[in-house]
Amino acid sequence: MSEFPTKAKCVVIGAGIVGNCLVGHLAKLGWTDMVQIDKGPLPNPGGSTGHASNFIFPTDHNKEMALLTLASQKQYIEMGMNNTCGGIEVARNPERLEEFNRRMTSAKSWGIDAKLLSPAEVKELVPFINEKIVLGGFYTPSVSCVDSLQTGTLMREGAVKSGNLNVFANTEVLDLEVENGTIKAVVTNKGRIETEYVVVACGVWSPRIAKMAGANIPLTPAVHQMADVGPIDILQKTNAEVAYPIVRDMDTFCYERQTAGSMEVGSYAHRAIFMHPNDIPSNEASALSPTELPLTQDDFDPQMEQAIELMEMLGDAEIKYAINGLLSLTPDAMPVLGETVEVKNLWSAAAVWIKEGPGIAQLVAEWMTYGYPHLCDPHSSDISRFYAHEKTEHHIYARCDEHFNKTYGIVHPREQWATQRNMRRSPFYAREEAAGATFFDARGWERPQWFASNEKLVKKFATACEPRAHEWDARWWSPISNAEHLQMRESVGMVDLTAFNEFDFTGPGAMKFLQYMCVNNVDVEVGRSVYTPLLTPGGGFRGDLTIMRLATDHFRVITGAFDGGRDNYWFKRHMPQDGSVVFTDMSSALCTIGVWGPNAEKTMAKATQNINADGKLVPFDVSQKNFPYGSVREVLIDGVPATMFRISYVGENGWEVYTKMEHGLRMWDSIAKAGEEFGIIPVGMGVYAVTGRIEKGYRLMGAELESEYNPVEAGLARAKVKSAEFIGKAEYLKAREEKPCAVMCTLEMIDNTSKSGIKRFPTGGNEPILTKTGERIVDAKGRVSRVTTAGAAPSLGKYLLLAYLTPEHAVEGNELRVMYMNELFRFVLQELVVNHCSTQPIRV
Amino acid sequence: MTVLAVVEHDRGTITPASFGVLTAARDLAKQMGAKFEALTIGANADGLSEVVSKYGATTIHQAHNSALTDFGPEAWGESIAQLVRKISPSVVIGSGTERGHEIIAQAAARLDLPAAMNCFEFDKEFNGTQPLKVVRARWGGSLMEESQIDAPIKLVTLANHIVEGVEEPASSTVAVLEVELDDSVKQTFVQDRVERVAGVTLATSPVVVSGGRGVGSAEAFAPLEELAGLLNGVVGCSRAVTNNGWRNHTDQVGQTGTRIAPDIYIACGISGAIQHWVGAMASKNILAINIDAQANIVTKAGYAVIGDLHVVVPAISAEIRKRHAK
Amino acid sequence: MNILVCVKRVPAPGARINITSDGQQVDTAFLGFTVSPHEECAVEQAVQLVEKHGGEVTVLTLGPPEAQEQLRTAVSTGAAKAVLVPIDISDYDAQRTAQAIATVIEELEVANGKYDLILFGNESADSCGYQVGIRTALKLGRPIVNGAKGLETENGVATVRRESDAGVEIYILKMPACIGVKEGINLPRYPTMKGRLASKKVEISQSTATGEVGGLKLITLRRPPERASNTKILGNGPEAAPAVVDLLEELGVFK
Repeated sequence: MSEFPTKAKCVVIGAGIVGNCLVGHLAKLGWTDMVQIDKGPLPNPGGSTGHASNFIFPTDHNKEMALLTLASQKQYIEMGMNNTCGGIEVARNPERLEEFNRRMTSAKSWGIDAKLLSPAEVKELVPFINEKIVLGGFYTPSVSCVDSLQTGTLMREGAVKSGNLNVFANTEVLDLEVENGTIKAVVTNKGRIETEYVVVACGVWSPRIAKMAGANIPLTPAVHQMADVGPIDILQKTNAEVAYPIVRDMDTFCYERQTAGSMEVGSYAHRAIFMHPNDIPSNEASALSPTELPLTQDDFDPQMEQAIELMEMLGDAEIKYAINGLLSLTPDAMPVLGETVEVKNLWSAAAVWIKEGPGIAQLVAEWMTYGYPHLCDPHSSDISRFYAHEKTEHHIYARCDEHFNKTYGIVHPREQWATQRNMRRSPFYAREEAAGATFFDARGWERPQWFASNEKLVKKFATACEPRAHEWDARWWSPISNAEHLQMRESVGMVDLTAFNEFDFTGPGAMKFLQYMCVNNVDVEVGRSVYTPLLTPGGGFRGDLTIMRLATDHFRVITGAFDGGRDNYWFKRHMPQDGSVVFTDMSSALCTIGVWGPNAEKTMAKATQNINADGKLVPFDVSQKNFPYGSVREVLIDGVPATMFRISYVGENGWEVYTKMEHGLRMWDSIAKAGEEFGIIPVGMGVYAVTGRIEKGYRLMGAELESEYNPVEAGLARAKVKSAEFIGKAEYLKAREEKPCAVMCTLEMIDNTSKSGIKRFPTGGNEPILTKTGERIVDAKGRVSRVTTAGAAPSLGKYLLLAYLTPEHAVEGNELRVMYMNELFRFVLQELVVNHCSTQPIRV
Repeated sequence: MTVLAVVEHDRGTITPASFGVLTAARDLAKQMGAKFEALTIGANADGLSEVVSKYGATTIHQAHNSALTDFGPEAWGESIAQLVRKISPSVVIGSGTERGHEIIAQAAARLDLPAAMNCFEFDKEFNGTQPLKVVRARWGGSLMEESQIDAPIKLVTLANHIVEGVEEPASSTVAVLEVELDDSVKQTFVQDRVERVAGVTLATSPVVVSGGRGVGSAEAFAPLEELAGLLNGVVGCSRAVTNNGWRNHTDQVGQTGTRIAPDIYIACGISGAIQHWVGAMASKNILAINIDAQANIVTKAGYAVIGDLHVVVPAISAEIRKRHAK
Repeated sequence: MNILVCVKRVPAPGARINITSDGQQVDTAFLGFTVSPHEECAVEQAVQLVEKHGGEVTVLTLGPPEAQEQLRTAVSTGAAKAVLVPIDISDYDAQRTAQAIATVIEELEVANGKYDLILFGNESADSCGYQVGIRTALKLGRPIVNGAKGLETENGVATVRRESDAGVEIYILKMPACIGVKEGINLPRYPTMKGRLASKKVEISQSTATGEVGGLKLITLRRPPERASNTKILGNGPEAAPAVVDLLEELGVFK
């Protein structure tokens, strides 16, 4: 055993599936001088990896998770640790059969072979199943069981053999030292290691370890119950670790997985049971292991009944082993990855399950090495996505309690959280509530999606506002959105945009700093603005935002609610440390109203004043001539100081109007009053984020814009490139020289009548774009064409999709297919987005 | 004041545990300034007086009854009870063995007195007038209990192997006690004694060669079988192995399998998860053969070989054959 | 044949047993509970005897109300009836326990007739007192032997096999009798899923605990000093074989 080191380049804490694969990947990427420690013994230190069920169902509706899972399975295969057994999700309810159609669609998107089975076909594959209570199955032949402990061991030993890693088990972390906001050292019971990087890959213990450095990894250890029952004759006869397909009994939230002669029955149906990381017993004090806690039997009894119902033979099998197994849950059920926002060079690789472990290790290793991952865009897993209120135990417990039973649930892409609502409200909330707003959650903000007060307009625009016949398509949607859209296009609407984030950068270095961060030239005149992507070092999208120049040394960045946390981190992470730039987060100080439509100018002309050269209050000239597109002006609205930013977001003339939170309500009322004679209405996000946007082909960060794509492909490359250096410039220049292998396009639905005769409206959740013969379209970089956004275009009377297509398919008039709910619908390429919109102010 | 030691014997042969009991009783008697007396049960144990006197008992009570020809827990307990009633000792010490616990419990039940089993320590301040504080074993010795016996007569057993027998001869007198035994206690005598059944089991084998996940397959257990054969031992395994279907559950060492206490436990390719460790920790010696020097079992074992069991185990067998040509 | 098995609810600890800050109990915050292992075997033995000879098994426990979990476990592995003698402290001392149990058994026997066998564990896993069964048997006026590693019944007598240093001893007890059972007598079955579900429906009758506090009083619990482990590495790879055989010889394995 080598001596305990005092210095290292990188210390990885944790030797579960993530820590082990991470050191392996880091070594492969050229990292040297690494140390890995774990409090427990090897090869099973006692964390969740040691008791995991170790199976992989690759299909996921979420692109990031699907790609990570597939990447992981590939690695398990390469290491000879992947035991393909197939897996069947069975339906007991008709609604689940519908969900299987959706899963067939997602499987198609990611190129996963899958098949729908009749009850008899299920029985053929799983002879001991009670097919009488099964309505059908979703069969994935590539479902596999993996040996996560052995995989981890191989990865770890590979790094050791390469001479780049020293491993110390039975080593407890006592403290993490931080100096000037940067990680400095790891203090253990065996000694102190000074180090440049630390990765917390401690699973359920991660929050506890991160806290030692003052960082927050928002997850909670939670119970997943499972029992091993056997021996069972038919399973023993297979003489194999796993011979029969794994069965997921989706409607009871249970699974049955063969483990040699026994069956493992696992459940996600019981109440959510949480544990504090500090309460997890030590290895020594645990009867089994720290994460294998005694089964709370009463919670498991209903699942046993259901399991016996599905497989009668389980009833007479002995319960040999039953645990409350601990795993990690996060408020949004996604992993927590990346550099912590609090401490530089302290990384989190937490809340990861076996199925995605090796892929995530690769992703984090790439991220640490290249400054951004290559495997896929990590935005749904990015630790910096969380706002302060989302990192509290209060929030974690509430949300995890809500989503735990949705582990096998049917979750609509537009589904809203029920808990932790009303966390953040705009000053206009009372008016919106009075107008019958249906609120959607935007990272804590309550935002009106549509207003019941506008229901009368549904009659006015009846032809464009037909209700959707299929409940799934109509869920979390209202025809009122289409009516609001048309009223805004006809006259004027006002939109609550308070959820925006506003970051002020001031100081002598502000301009230079922002030049370095942004693709487009920010050195514009005071009172002007710029739209710009932010790029990763690899030249993909990292952000997408607008910047107003309020003074020579004062810039205001405006970004959306969903990316505010990530953008906040990205800017802060790159800020010069010499004090030349001051960052002020104004998001909670400012509120915003969007005013758009043909009558927006008339409305604002009435509402706006300023003080002229003589010091007199006079109406403000809002004409295009005095106040051109893209410019910013300070005004008074009924005495309230406000900042108007002329910008079109929904393809209508108008402004974003900013004021301080406390003035907000007065400003809302003033604008509403001014617009009254033009029939001004409050307009919800159903227009702002969907219909208004898609009609104009505006791209959205996190949907069309991801780190896998560059501005050329997205049609957002400008004619010229500024001379100043910026992040991703080299790759960006390269991309401009190449012919893009994917192009952003708008597709129009030709026929949305399904086989059942019902008109369908794809929700826009990664549905695959297919050729007329039903083949997937995969570009030269291996990216698949899929729906990034779908929505109605009420002004055009069409239903549109946004998608990246390969150049051969990106031809106007080209007819394609889109799979939705396992059915093919005809679409025609309407236009190349790039042709009509090479700039955009997109924020949601 | 008297301290009474109960001498455990088998058909007249004193058991090793009794020497510790005699020694502890003598020491306690000294501390208290009390008399040290001893009890043998059955005429077949009368011959033990000589050895008992070497430990300094001044009076050796010999319980006699024609029925006391072999061990009988109720009759022995009743014998103790009758002597206790007669001489009212302050403390009665029995041996910390199956028989010792049983007869002290029998006596305590008959006298309706408390009893503390498996004591490690007696209060050094005890002088016979106050309650007796003891430290005794709970949880098979993994926890200690400090408690006090609050009764005029304190019945205890002394945990085995705690006190070494030290002779300190004294002149002793023998007092025969004719005990009265009614029929109710006479049926629980040993009726028959049979030779231990030949052949060892996992639970009783002095050598266990065990394999874990690292063995890799059912077939790969062959070298372990071979080594176990050379050592006249048996093969065990971890839960991972039974879960993989490589071996039967009857071979499983661990919390959910068999708990063993062999002279030597050879753990091959076993990580040493807690549940396995619980089953193996009573082993007198543990030799871990593991590729990973950081494995739990390696850090807990007395001895370890770092290496691949698939090469190490056959090498050990070859070495044994070389030295002990069979 | 009717058999009563007295069982005790005990925690299932790991390698290190933590103690509550007042030193009075094992810290069971994250521990499961189980039937004390000897008694688990006693239940199994009773169930096997009843399977062979007919009759039914009743399980009885004196413990906190939660001990009904252990009664249900016993039912799920074959016991037919369950009796809980609830107490409001964590544990009774041995004298008090025996008094309480004996009183309840007498009451049960008035209603149901005498049990042919009353089985106990040799000693409880937690307090290791080795005496409750013996005290109870005496109060009931029934013979008892401990350490049973074998138990068969025939023609009104119970034959007990018990291991001693000398060999295997045979005891023959006329029933009704009491037996203290030891682990190893059998391999207790695990509950089946069906058994578990059925056990939930069994009504657990309750009896009142009586008995006075006995004379052995707990002062405090503590952990024995921990042994520092010091692994002797005999070598790396096959080259270590001679050292291993040296060790085996030293330990007397080849004698």
